[in-house]
Amino acid sequence: MPTKCSMKLLLNYLCNLFRSFNCSMATTTGLESLVDQIISVITNDGRNIVGVLKGFDQATNIILDESHERVFSTKEGVQQHVLGLYIIRGDNIGVIGELDEELDASLDFSKLRAHPLKPVVH
Amino acid sequence: QLFFSYFKDLVGQEVTVELKNDLAIRGTLHSVDQYLNIKLENTRVVDQDKYPHMLSVRNCFIRGSVVRYVQLPPDGVDVDLLHDAARREARGG
Repeated sequence: MPTKCSMKLLLNYLCNLFRSFNCSMATTTGLESLVDQIISVITNDGRNIVGVLKGFDQATNIILDESHERVFSTKEGVQQHVLGLYIIRGDNIGVIGELDEELDASLDFSKLRAHPLKPVVH
Repeated sequence: QLFFSYFKDLVGQEVTVELKNDLAIRGTLHSVDQYLNIKLENTRVVDQDKYPHMLSVRNCFIRGSVVRYVQLPPDGVDVDLLHDAARREARGG
């Protein structure tokens, strides 16, 4: 069972690794500007996961800290499942959005009803 | 490489990106990269009532692999120029 200490080490190691890989092209959109920000990730299976971006690489694999999943449904308000520290593989990522905390705080999730996002079909 | 150059010229224009999960996001093209990943600013989802998932997102990074269409302003495109460039690329490639 990984200890909290070893998880922190893993986090640091991977952050450094990712940063050293991301220095090639002249025109890289780069997720550099989003590091240490709260982001909203939409995955290919239609899930919405919110967390703090800690690291990334050229394949868009990302490390997300303090993550929680937001489950939307048509019957009940949004549920949040707490996940903790996650690595999400780039293959599975659709959109990474910069979450505006003020806007987010103004949303009333208990009232929000929506169909879940569709999975990505290639 | 052709479309990469093409999108670089379109930076600053308003576009609508339709994704493979049917989500459509409108915004200003901020940047693009070799994988045709797109960064949009000032984003809003086209059908916000149906897709409230991104209500608090104003800037986003869209992975190139999930883009179905990029809808451009009709006067943002020089169709003949693009047509010629594509023909040359196809011949040379």
